[in-house]
Amino acid sequence: MYRREKSIALRGSSSALYNNLSVLRPPHRPLAFLGSVHGPAVTVLSAAGDAAGCAQRQLQARAGGGASLVTQAAWCVLPARILLVLTCQKGIQMYESDGSIMVYWHALDIPEHPPAQAVFARGISAAGERFICVGLSSGMVLVFDIPHKGTNITVSEVLKEHHNAITDIAAELGQAGAGDLVTADDAGTLCVWSSGEEFSLLNRIPAFGWTCSSVRLWNGIIAAGYGNGQIRLYEAATGSLRAEVSAHARWIYALDLAPATGKLLSGAEDSFVHVWKLSRNPDTDDVEIEHCHAECVTDTQICGARFCDPEGNSFAVTGYDLSEIFCYSQV
Amino acid sequence: MSARTLPLLFLNLGGEMLYILDQRLRAQSIPGEKARKVMNDIITTMFNKKFMEELFKPQELYSKKALRTVYDRLAHASIMRLNQASMDKLYDLMTMAFKYQVLLCPRPKDILLVTFNHLDAIKDFICDAPGILNQVDETFRQLIEMYGCLSAGEFQLIRQTLLIFFQDMHIRVSIFLKDKVQNSNGRFVLPISGPVPWGTEVPGVIRMFNCNGDEVKRTEFTTGGNYVTPQREGSFELYGDRVLKLGTNMYSVSRPAETHTSESSKTLASSAKENIAPNPLAKEELNFLARLLGGLEIKKPGGSETGFRLNLFMTDEEEEQAALTRPEELSYKVVNIEATEEPARRAELERILGDLEVAEPCAESCGKGEDLLALMDGL
Repeated sequence: MYRREKSIALRGSSSALYNNLSVLRPPHRPLAFLGSVHGPAVTVLSAAGDAAGCAQRQLQARAGGGASLVTQAAWCVLPARILLVLTCQKGIQMYESDGSIMVYWHALDIPEHPPAQAVFARGISAAGERFICVGLSSGMVLVFDIPHKGTNITVSEVLKEHHNAITDIAAELGQAGAGDLVTADDAGTLCVWSSGEEFSLLNRIPAFGWTCSSVRLWNGIIAAGYGNGQIRLYEAATGSLRAEVSAHARWIYALDLAPATGKLLSGAEDSFVHVWKLSRNPDTDDVEIEHCHAECVTDTQICGARFCDPEGNSFAVTGYDLSEIFCYSQV
Repeated sequence: MSARTLPLLFLNLGGEMLYILDQRLRAQSIPGEKARKVMNDIITTMFNKKFMEELFKPQELYSKKALRTVYDRLAHASIMRLNQASMDKLYDLMTMAFKYQVLLCPRPKDILLVTFNHLDAIKDFICDAPGILNQVDETFRQLIEMYGCLSAGEFQLIRQTLLIFFQDMHIRVSIFLKDKVQNSNGRFVLPISGPVPWGTEVPGVIRMFNCNGDEVKRTEFTTGGNYVTPQREGSFELYGDRVLKLGTNMYSVSRPAETHTSESSKTLASSAKENIAPNPLAKEELNFLARLLGGLEIKKPGGSETGFRLNLFMTDEEEEQAALTRPEELSYKVVNIEATEEPARRAELERILGDLEVAEPCAESCGKGEDLLALMDGL
C-alpha cells in the first residue's frame, strides 16, 4: 500500500509528452534531482531538503534562433560521469547533471520548409558503460561516445533498424550477451541490441498495431507500454512474449522499474498509476507479473512516473497541465 | 511539433465559434434572414479554396495571439460586429471547448471524428446554400485524404501538439461547470468509467505465457475504475454516424455560455510568462498571418444590408464591465515588436488588414494606415 505525501510545486506545468518525468538516483545515494518538460523548457528540481525548499532551475532549449519544443529530458548515469540530456525539435543538448553547464549540442538536419513529417529527437538512454543513445523522428538512433570528462563527445554509430519515430530507449548495464539495450518506436516495433564498439542487433520484436510509448529492461525482461493500455513483457534474449496485461483504459505514457526488487510502475492517460511486481519462477523460468497497487490521480492525465529509490518504496508522478509533482511512499 | 495540426485546430475552433454565434444570434433575436446571412458569409469565408490551401500546407502551430487575429477577421466577415470584450469571450469559449474535446478523446484518432462532427453541423447550418455545401464537402475530402491513413502514433503527436497549445488555460465556462465536466478550479473532470476506446481491452486481466508461447496462467486484478467494452466505432466516411458526442453542439438558446475570468486560477503564472517573455517567433507569425489572411476574401457588405452588433454577454453593461475587469494575464494583446523589423512584410500586412472595415471607431487612434501592431493591438 502506498500513501500520498506532500507534493512538490513545479514552476511550469508538465506537457503531455511520453516519459515526462525523469529522476536522478546516483548509485548508492538518495534521490538527487527531478526533471519535467514544459513546452520549450525543462524544470530541474533539486530533491535535497524538504519539499518546500526545492531549488528549481529552468533550462531553455534555445539554439540557432528561437525556442523549440523539448520532447524529453533524462539523466544518463555512466560509471565515469552523469549527464542530463535534452531532446528537442532542433537537436540534442547535454548538460552537467545539475543542469548548470551545457557540455554538448548536436543539431538535427532541419529542412528549409517544414516537411509533412515532424522532425525531432526523442528517446534517451545511457548504454554499455560509455555511450548515450538518442532516438530521432526518422527512426535512426544516434550512439554518442562519452569521454570520462570534457566536451569531446562524438557520434560513434548510427543504428538504422526502425522506420518510425523512436519513442523510448532503455538499457540495462551488465547484461552481456542477453541484449542490454532496447529501442522502441511509434509503430510499436522493438529492437534489442548488444552494445559495444559496434552495436549489434539481437532481436526484432514486431509491432501489433499500437505505439510502444515506454520501455524498460530488467534482468533480461523487456517491459513495454502501449497506446491501447497494454503492458507486454518479452524475453530480451529470444524476443518471445511472456506476459500480456490489459493494464490501463487509455494510452500508457510512462513505465519505470525498480532494479532491486523488480517492481514495475505504469502511468497512463486514464488517470491511473499501477505498481506491479515482476519475478522469474526459478523452476520453470517463466516470467510472472502480479498487480500490487492501483492509484487514481483524480482528473489527471499522467505523463510521467518514476520510482524514487531502487527498491520501489516510493514514486513520483507528473500529469498534463499539472504544476506539481505528486509523491507517494509505501506504508 | 506535428506539422499537420493547424487544419484540425482551425476547423474545430471555427466550428465552436459558429455554435456560439448561432446561439447568440437566436438569443439576441436577430431576424432569421440576417442571422442566416451572417452564418453563410462566415462559413463561405472559412472554406474559401485559397485559404484552405494555405491552411493545409505543412507548418508549425503559432501562438494563440496570432491565431486569434484570424478569427477576428472571420467573425467580421459579414454585417455583424463584435466589441473587444465579446470577441475575447468568444475566443475563450472556443478554445476551452476544443481543449475539452481534445483532452477527452478516447483515442487520438477520434480528434478526426470530433472534426467531422463540427463539419456535419456546419453543413446543417448551410443546408439551403448548395454552393457553400460543395466547398465544405471538398474540405471534408481533403481531411480524409490527409488524415485517413495516419497511424495512431502520428495522431497522438498531433494531439500532444494541440495539448501544448492549450496548456495552462483554465478559464471556467459556466455551461461546463453546470454539467459537472469542469471543476471550480478550471480543470476538466476525467471520468474513470464508461466505454474504453475502440481497440482497447477493459483493464483487469493478466496473461502469462511459457517460452513456447502457450498461455500457462491467467489472473485478474481490480482497479477502482468502472469500464465497459464499446458498442461500435464511429464512421470516418463523408457521411456516417460518428458515435462520439464530442464536437456536437452543446449550446441552445436556453443554455447560454458564460465564462468567469475575474477569479483567475492561480496557475496563470505560467501563461503570463508567454506574454512577458521576448517573442522571437513574431517575425514568423507575421509571415503566417500574411499568408493566411491574404487568402481570406472578405466580401464587402452589400449596400442594402445594415450591420448590427452582437453581444456575447447578457447586457451591454455586462460587456463593458467584462472589458474593464479582464485580468492582464488573459489579455490577447500582441507583444510590442521593434518598429524596424521586416518593413516589407509589415507593409503587406498593413495593406491586407487595411481592408478591415471597422464600423465603430476603435479606442484612441487606430484607423487605416496606422502602425500595423497598433492595429493588431486594437483588434
